[in-house]
Amino acid sequence: MIGLRCLALAAILAFGGAAQAEEIVIKIENFTFHPAEITIKPGTTVTWQNGDDIPHSIVEDNAKFRSKALDTGEMFSMTFANAAVIGYFCGLHPHMKGKIVVKP
Amino acid sequence: MAHHEYDDDGISRRHALECMIWAGTGVLWTVSAGVPKSLGLLDRAAAAEVASSGFTFLQISDSHVGFDKPANPHAIDTLREAIDHVKALPQKPSFMLHTGDITHLSKPAQFDNAEQLIGSAGVPVHYVPGEHDIVDEGMGTTYLERYGKNTKGSGWYSFDQNGVHFVGLVNVANLKAGGLGFLGNDQLEWLEDDLRALKASTPIVVFAHIPLWSIYPNWGWGTDDAAIPLGYLKRFGSVTVLNGHIHQLMQKVEGNVTFHTARSTAFPQPAPGTAPSPGPMLVPAEKLRGVLGITSVTYTQGNEALAITDTALANQ
Repeated sequence: MIGLRCLALAAILAFGGAAQAEEIVIKIENFTFHPAEITIKPGTTVTWQNGDDIPHSIVEDNAKFRSKALDTGEMFSMTFANAAVIGYFCGLHPHMKGKIVVKP
Repeated sequence: MAHHEYDDDGISRRHALECMIWAGTGVLWTVSAGVPKSLGLLDRAAAAEVASSGFTFLQISDSHVGFDKPANPHAIDTLREAIDHVKALPQKPSFMLHTGDITHLSKPAQFDNAEQLIGSAGVPVHYVPGEHDIVDEGMGTTYLERYGKNTKGSGWYSFDQNGVHFVGLVNVANLKAGGLGFLGNDQLEWLEDDLRALKASTPIVVFAHIPLWSIYPNWGWGTDDAAIPLGYLKRFGSVTVLNGHIHQLMQKVEGNVTFHTARSTAFPQPAPGTAPSPGPMLVPAEKLRGVLGITSVTYTQGNEALAITDTALANQ
């Protein structure tokens, strides 16, 4: 799935697609988001991928968005269109925290 | 075995009760002189004592039905073995408490399988959810449809058995960013009210998934607002708090409150801070049932010395 998306992205880049779409992967390993804090441009798609043997979920600090529980290997993607600072945590293990800074 | 404090005079009754019987498959409890204590699952002398008091119950926890990762590719099988132990008890417990994480992913089929297997023990089961039981789309509706009858809010309730007051609490719902387990005001108000009419001499057993004492906050092993219910419980002479979540034995006595965590029937987790994360601990396959096995301690009335017996789930 991620492979296909990357191919699509590569195609856009290769053939001069208008969108400046970027894709960032945040890996979840050992109950930690890697990287825990990122700065991205508006329009960037962030994909979380669970590498643990325990499910995790992605919940915005004020529950503005929420993924389902991601089992091992499962992914969740969100595209961030506007400048913002977004805090999030794992809905099962709320001590796991991350932050996304969206700025042009 | 978790630590115990000994002194020159041997083990006090308090410590005798602290060093209760632990079983990988469950903890068998009896109530004697108003104080809950546990008895070895397979110990006949203990069973005789249970028979004399006439009231036993079992704690089972963290079944994680549906878990199939390397730490235990067949978590359903070890649950079945645990239930087989329950069925083989010489004295049937009055009921079981399941302290959560019945399922791994809150899927209906996982709840079905758990229900079928745990129900086959033939004793009533009182559940509280773990965080793995409320990850369905409705964030707990699947759990409540099955186990929410006669409960409040996200599934808390109380009941009485032979003069002991049992309180099942939910500390896995509506968790906050950066926080630990969480009970919330609605539940705390209900609890204060629930306890109000009880005499201070009433033995209390509180059970919830995440420990109600701070074991290792870096791994989320604690409950943010646990001090509030523990305040309500201060006036009671005998309080026992039973938790799961950390897949290992831990015990602590603080004033009138005895805290315990039970083992999982599915997979072990590392001791606090001994691994990069609290994820499932991989042990060699031939060692798994040893980790999930039974530890029993026999307390004989009038004899302060404890007999501790480790019994594996299967011989190795």
